[in-house]
Amino acid sequence: MSNMQNLYLLVPLAPLVGAIAAGLFGKVLGRTWTHRITISLVAVSFLASLAIFQDVLAGHQYNGTVYKWMTSGDTSFEVGFLIDRLSVMMMLVVTFVSLMVHIYTIGYMQEDPGYQRFFSYISLFTFSMLMLVMANNFMQLFFGWEAVGLVSYLLIGFWYTRPTAIYANLKAFLVNRVGDFGFLLGIGLVLMVFGTLDYASVFANVHRYVNDMAPIPGVSWNLITAICILLFIGAMGKSAQFPLHVWLPDSMEGPTPISALIHAATMVTAGIFMVARMSPLFELSETALSFVMVIGAITALFMGFLGIIQNDIKRVVAYSTLSQLGYMTVALGASAYSVAVFHLMTHAFFKALLFLAAGSVIIAMHHDQDIRNMGGLRKYMPITWITSLIGSLALIGTPGLSGFYSKENIIEAVRLSHLPGSGFAYFAVVAGVFVTAFYSFRMYFLVFHGEERFGKEVHHPSTSSGQAHAPAAHAPVAHVVAHTDAHHPSTGSGQAIAHDDGHSPDAVHEEHHGLAPGQKPHETPWVVWLPLVLLAIPSVCIGFITIEPMLFGDYFKDAIYISHAHHALAEMREEFHGAFAMIFDDLTELPFWLALAGVASSWFFYMKRPDIPAAIKQRFEGVYTLLDNKYYFDRFNDWFFAGGARGASRFLWKFGDVNLIDGVMVNGTARLVGRLSGVLRNMQSGYIYHYAFSMIIGVFVLLTIRTWFE
Amino acid sequence: MSFLSTLFPAYAEIFLLAMVSVILIADLFTSGRTKTVTYLLVQLTLLGCSLITVATHQNGVTHLFHNMFVDDLMSDVLKLLSYLAVSMMLVYSRSYLLARGLFSGEFLALVLFALMGIMVMISASHFLTLYLGLELLSLSLYAVVALQRDSATATEAAMKYFILGALASGLLLYGMSMLYGATGTLDVNAVSAAIQHGVANKALLVFGLVFIVSGLAFKLGAVPFHMWVPDVYHGAPTAMTMLIGTAPKLAAFAFVMRILVEGMQPLMIHWSGMLAILAVLSMAVGNISAIAQTNIKRMFAYSTIAHMGFLLVGVLSGGIEGYGSAMFYAVIYVLMSLGGFGMIMLLSREGFEADTLNDFKGLNQRSPWLAFMMLLLMFSMAGVPPTVGFYAKFSVLNAAVAAGHIPLVIMAVLFSLIGAFYYLRIVKLMYFDAPESHERIYMQPDSTLLISINGLVVLALGILPGTLMSVCAVSVQQSLLLH
Repeated sequence: MSNMQNLYLLVPLAPLVGAIAAGLFGKVLGRTWTHRITISLVAVSFLASLAIFQDVLAGHQYNGTVYKWMTSGDTSFEVGFLIDRLSVMMMLVVTFVSLMVHIYTIGYMQEDPGYQRFFSYISLFTFSMLMLVMANNFMQLFFGWEAVGLVSYLLIGFWYTRPTAIYANLKAFLVNRVGDFGFLLGIGLVLMVFGTLDYASVFANVHRYVNDMAPIPGVSWNLITAICILLFIGAMGKSAQFPLHVWLPDSMEGPTPISALIHAATMVTAGIFMVARMSPLFELSETALSFVMVIGAITALFMGFLGIIQNDIKRVVAYSTLSQLGYMTVALGASAYSVAVFHLMTHAFFKALLFLAAGSVIIAMHHDQDIRNMGGLRKYMPITWITSLIGSLALIGTPGLSGFYSKENIIEAVRLSHLPGSGFAYFAVVAGVFVTAFYSFRMYFLVFHGEERFGKEVHHPSTSSGQAHAPAAHAPVAHVVAHTDAHHPSTGSGQAIAHDDGHSPDAVHEEHHGLAPGQKPHETPWVVWLPLVLLAIPSVCIGFITIEPMLFGDYFKDAIYISHAHHALAEMREEFHGAFAMIFDDLTELPFWLALAGVASSWFFYMKRPDIPAAIKQRFEGVYTLLDNKYYFDRFNDWFFAGGARGASRFLWKFGDVNLIDGVMVNGTARLVGRLSGVLRNMQSGYIYHYAFSMIIGVFVLLTIRTWFE
Repeated sequence: MSFLSTLFPAYAEIFLLAMVSVILIADLFTSGRTKTVTYLLVQLTLLGCSLITVATHQNGVTHLFHNMFVDDLMSDVLKLLSYLAVSMMLVYSRSYLLARGLFSGEFLALVLFALMGIMVMISASHFLTLYLGLELLSLSLYAVVALQRDSATATEAAMKYFILGALASGLLLYGMSMLYGATGTLDVNAVSAAIQHGVANKALLVFGLVFIVSGLAFKLGAVPFHMWVPDVYHGAPTAMTMLIGTAPKLAAFAFVMRILVEGMQPLMIHWSGMLAILAVLSMAVGNISAIAQTNIKRMFAYSTIAHMGFLLVGVLSGGIEGYGSAMFYAVIYVLMSLGGFGMIMLLSREGFEADTLNDFKGLNQRSPWLAFMMLLLMFSMAGVPPTVGFYAKFSVLNAAVAAGHIPLVIMAVLFSLIGAFYYLRIVKLMYFDAPESHERIYMQPDSTLLISINGLVVLALGILPGTLMSVCAVSVQQSLLLH
């Protein structure tokens, strides 16, 4: 067993060593050695996870403390690992995707001066995420939670000279702070009530508090509900659920590999993982589950709509991520934790694939990210094309591919749920299928098929005919977006758009984007396409292989607890007759036809009759503006929260800080202490008889006090 | 043979004594100004002592010489740390003393004699042994301070130290004599038993206790018995200051533990009140006076006074937690002090003492690494996380809260806050002010390496304090349980 414990330690520590080596000694090591070291250490971590996976499958689990950090009163803060089937699955996903991204980075960041720094960050991220998923207590969970947040912040602002990147990372950080505040309150409540932060002891005692009220003065909330909702607020921040989703699209300012690793495949799923881990808590509160489900449903549907009108290739994928995270959350709300985690896993593969493929396209297009300037890339980039197609098909839930199994089961679980709000959630996830198919294939068609729109002399939308493609109608986009993030000179929304437009002063200074006239894109180097291929394989088949054990077998029986009152999953188990049968059953079901309709209509709108979207847009300008402004969330946040906070801060600064605190308290006490100090200094006269006298006085005083108290 | 083998708990002391004699003689026959041979012999002696202490360690408590000498886990840990402190002090101060012609055989012998005194104090379980160790230590220190005969400040410091020390010894002896009168014994355990069974004269006991506490307070440098500290710290050459300010504090801690905790546990309500007064006064006077200092050695002197006040808070809180945290605090204080004085000596050179605050201005421009190490040390002294100083303060306060001394804790925090000012001022001077001199700092490889380790350990222990903390708690527990 101690061998296994060493292995457990190796999994997070190997990437940490890589991060330290690349971060502190990157200059000495040089580029080649940096990526060799970090990649091999992540590979070690992946192989160790595989070995642990074998061990766990053989029935060994582990829950124990590795290091006792400190004790405060009766509470001890420990570093410990809980290795069960849930965490080992997450470890595999994290290390595998991370390994792919590490390899891919060699190609993507080739010319970047921050090469070593980037490797250091992604290895550090891997470490943090592993600490998060392997935690056996809330403290370590919180550590991992914050650490991934920090790395995400660092990576979104990786190109720290770009104002847009700095704006985006600040935004991500602040929005996550809101979520983390709830999360921390939730953990605090757990500590207060249970007196421990250890998962096992909390879960073991939770049934004793089912009917208790939360110890919050002035309200009468059920304790478990309060804990669950607070914890879920943390998940809303990290997993970008409505209304804390605003940071995720902007996070696309970071380099593409991390969009794949952090903002699609792993970190954003931390919230989903956390809720699944806390299933013994959530199962006891239907209110919390309902809340979770409704939030997820809103995210799933409404964020999908936004994907339809985006023109930045990465943003389309980003909104699709938001929507898919919504799906996972809905599944959590329906008590189908294993389905959520299953979707998390399949999604990790195909979304990482889609992002990396988008990155590959971006490399080929010389960092032009606007899909209106692409088209017909199929014949220039065959590998990227075929892998993207696989990714998109998996995303929309084509029968047989991995996304199909997970999404189909989510819809089924919601249909069987009887919680308040499940009706709305069912509508949202079903409608979402159409939307997903539509925006995915809109992007796919615009990038890989149709007319070749790259390499034009001028990328100015107003010069294009409007017949050939949509951009003419998109001309106001850059302005509108620029308004949205009004406090910043440049827009939060992809500088590719601003660049096209040619007005933005920022864009002018940046290196030239896009292909020169007459230049043709070509397939990217093997370090870039190899990860695509390796990710395409699980995107195709992982669902088919693992559905039976993960959802309907007893793979998760020890890790996830489902109350008998919530029998959606059990009912689904009754109806399940094997992965193959599911494909055929589905051909007669609504979601399949909706997906098909989505693909067909996007083909019709963007390949066959590109004038129709423009016409629709003119007809429904109000709706379009609403979507284009992302439901005015950013503007509201800027005005209300940011503006309000600035106003309040100004008051506190001018009045509270400068007058009261600085004037009276700080400087007042400082003056007092300073004077006292001068007096005491004079008492140190240097005369030995003064010193002796002070000692005698001391003895005398002590004696007097002692004898008085007798 | 059998007699010798019964002496094994004291082998380290015996070995040390033998080696001091060897070194005294060997020094006569080695020539050369640098005293390399003697120096290496001293370091080897310290290494040998450590090995012996580790080898002769055994579980439980062993008494020797008719209960005058005790060997337990606490004594072994404290002794090992004392060897380490003395060894580090020698590495730091070697080139400093060489440049001033003070690195002589006598100095090294006196240092070892002082260490001998420390060891005897740590292992004493009889008031006479305690006093013997104390005097051996003190006399060596008086002589060490006076070693720079031609310096007026050093001799003045030695004189003050000696006279006030003699007064304190008198107080202590007087207290002990009253204790003897009350209980009829000087054996620590027997005293404790006598008090426990109520056979002792209470009034006499308390009277004696006051004098003993006064003597202790002098050794620790607690207010109002602190007046010697700034003058001696300031006047003595920095290396000597470092010797006074480090390992003897471990002995003083052991002294407190043996006399008050082991010997007079039943009187705790009496002495803890007195310690509380001393602690509050020390923290107040130490921290507030330090602000007005321009000489960094003097500032450290007042900072010591404040730190000792903090240590007393741990002791008076009682329990394994309180004593354990006090021991932790003492160890950490020694570690930080070594670094702080080491830094002064690193920056000094022949004919120049880097002992004013101005000498630290702009250190970051002259040597970013040293500035960073000093930053760690200052943060630790101020108690800024994640350095270990924070954890030391935190555990002491924790114990005090657990013992219910809330007002004391509030005052300790307030005075620490005031104290943070003068530590952070050094950081400000190093990083934000322009240097006054651009003279290159000659960095001795050995002391530079040591200060780097010192600074990084301060950081590392702050992040992972668990092991050291549990060592302290266990050793305190073991030496107290069997009484």
